[in-house]
Amino acid sequence: MTQVPISWFLTLSAVLFALGVAGFLFRRSIITVFMSIELMLNAVNLSFVTFAYEYKQVNGHLFTFFVMVVAAAEAAVGLAIILTVFKNRATLNIDDMDSMKD
Amino acid sequence: MPISNFINAGDLIRFLPEIILSVAGTLLMVLDPLVNRRSSNLFGTLSLLALIGALFGSVAAYAQAGPAFGGMLSVDGFATFFRMLVIVVGILTVLPSYRFLARQDAETGEYHALLLYSIAGQCVMVSANDLIMIFIGLEISSISSYVLAGYLRDDKRANEAALKYFLLGSFATGFFLYGVALIYGATGTVNLTLARAAITGANSPSPVFIGVAAALMFVGLGFKVSAWPFQMWAPDVYQGAPTPVTAFLSTGPKAATFAIFLRIFMTAFEPIGNGWEPLVWICALLSMTIGNFAALLQSNVKRLLAYSSIAHAGYVLVALTARSDVGTAAAMFYLAAYAFMNIGAFAVISHISGKGERYQNLEDFAGLAQKQPMTAALLTIFLLSLIGVPLTGGFFGKFYIFKAALESHLVWLTVLGLLNSAVAAYYYLRILVMMYMHEPSEAASGAEPLTVGLKAALILPALGTLILGIFPSWVLDFAGKSSSLLK
Repeated sequence: MTQVPISWFLTLSAVLFALGVAGFLFRRSIITVFMSIELMLNAVNLSFVTFAYEYKQVNGHLFTFFVMVVAAAEAAVGLAIILTVFKNRATLNIDDMDSMKD
Repeated sequence: MPISNFINAGDLIRFLPEIILSVAGTLLMVLDPLVNRRSSNLFGTLSLLALIGALFGSVAAYAQAGPAFGGMLSVDGFATFFRMLVIVVGILTVLPSYRFLARQDAETGEYHALLLYSIAGQCVMVSANDLIMIFIGLEISSISSYVLAGYLRDDKRANEAALKYFLLGSFATGFFLYGVALIYGATGTVNLTLARAAITGANSPSPVFIGVAAALMFVGLGFKVSAWPFQMWAPDVYQGAPTPVTAFLSTGPKAATFAIFLRIFMTAFEPIGNGWEPLVWICALLSMTIGNFAALLQSNVKRLLAYSSIAHAGYVLVALTARSDVGTAAAMFYLAAYAFMNIGAFAVISHISGKGERYQNLEDFAGLAQKQPMTAALLTIFLLSLIGVPLTGGFFGKFYIFKAALESHLVWLTVLGLLNSAVAAYYYLRILVMMYMHEPSEAASGAEPLTVGLKAALILPALGTLILGIFPSWVLDFAGKSSSLLK
C-alpha cells in the first residue's frame, strides 16, 4: 500500500492555517472570527502530529493534547466574553465594536 | 520507574513561586462563596500575603538555581529577576484595587484569584526553557487577563476591551504556536538549548525553515507586547479595561512576554541574528515613532498612556536589536523601571477617575495640585520618569538602552530614538501643566482623600522609581550578572 507523503499533510496544515488567518481578517461576525482562530490552532495540531509521526516520537502527540486543553479553556472564556458583549449590545458584528474611537 | 526519577525536592523548590500562587488562587476561589462578599477586604489581604510568600519563594528557588523537571524550566538569575518583577507588579496592582473594586461595587474574590493565576502563568513563562512550557505559561497568563480586562461585565467599554484583547491575543497565540510546530519539525525538539544546538550543528536544518519559524514567533510575541505593526488593539484595550487591570496588563504580561522574547531570540534564534536584526530594527523605530506621535493627539489620559506604552515597547526592542548581553541587561532594567512608573501613573488615574470611571480626560486633571498636592507630586514623579528626566528610573533605563545600542553600532536607531524621547516629553508635560497651572476641575475637587491603602499604592512605586534613578547599580548589577542566558 502506498503511503501519503509527509509533505501533503504539512501543505494541508499550512492551507488550513492560512484559511484561518483569512477568516479572522475578513469575516465580520464575532463567532466566525472565533471559529477561524480554532481552525488555526487545529491546523497547528496537524503539523505537530505529522512531525511526531515522522520522528517516531511521542512528544508531538502530547503537544496536541496541551493545545487542545488550552483551546478548550480559551473557548470557555471566549464564549463567555462574547455572551456579555451580546447582552450589552445585542449585536455580534465586529464593525459595531467601536465605542472608544475618538 | 518510580516517580522520584522525574520529580525531586529540588525541582519542587525551584517551582515554589508558581506552587504558592496557584494554591492561593484556588483557595480564594473556594473561599469566595463562603465569605460575605460586601464586607471583605479579606481577599485582597490574602492575595497580598500570597504574593509576598511567592516573592520569598522565588528567592528560595534562586538559592537552588538550576534546571528543573528535566530541563523544561531553567531557574537562573534571568528567571528570578523577572519572577520577582511580575510578583512586585502583582503587589502594586492589588494595592489600588482595594478601593477601586469597592467603589465600583465589584466582587473581589474572583478578581484576586484571576490576578494570582495570571502571575503564576507569567512566572512559568519567564522560567521556562522549553517552547511548550512557554506556550502553556503564556496561555495561563493570557486567559486570566482576558477575563480581568472584562471584569466589570456591565460596562460596555470593558466588554469591548475584553473582546478585542481575547480575539487578537488568541490570534497571536496561533502564530506563536505555528512557529513552535515548525521548530519542532526542523529540529525534533522544543527545548531551546537543544534547538540551538541543532540549528548550529553539522546537520543544521534549512535556514528558510528556521527563518519562517522565527518570523511566526515574532508575529505572535509582537502582538502580545504591542509592537508595530501589531499595536492596534492596545489603545482600545487599555482604555476600556478597569484602570488597575490596565496598569497590570501594560506592565506584568508585557515584561513576561519581553522575557520570553529575549530568551527565545537570544538563545535558539541567536545564530540567525543577522537575518532578524533589520526586521526588529524597523519594528523598534516605528513602534517608538507611531506610539509617540499618536499619543500627542489624545485627550483621554488612559488612551494617551496606551500609546505611550507602544512607544516604550519600541525602546525595549531597541535593546533587543543590540543583540548583546549588555542589551539584555538594559532591557531588564528598563522593564523594571517602566513597571514602577507606569503602575504608579495608572494608580493615580484610577484614584481620580471616580465611580464608573467617568473622569479620564486631560481636563479632569486640571488643578489637581491645589486640591491634592501629594497626589499631584507623586504623579509628577511618574511622568518625569516616563519622560526620562535624571534622578528617575526612566532616565537610567533609556540611558542603558541607548548605550547598549551604541556599543552595537546602531547609531541611527539611537539618534532617532532620542529624538522620539524629545517628542514624548511634550505630551507628558501637557498633563503636568494641566495639574499645576489650571483652576481645579470638577474631578479634582471631588476626588476622595487618599486612604492608607491608596497612599501605599502610590508611594511604593514612587519609591521604586526614585531608587532605580538614584541607585541604579543595585538592580543593574543583578541584571548584568544574569543576562548571559543558558545557551
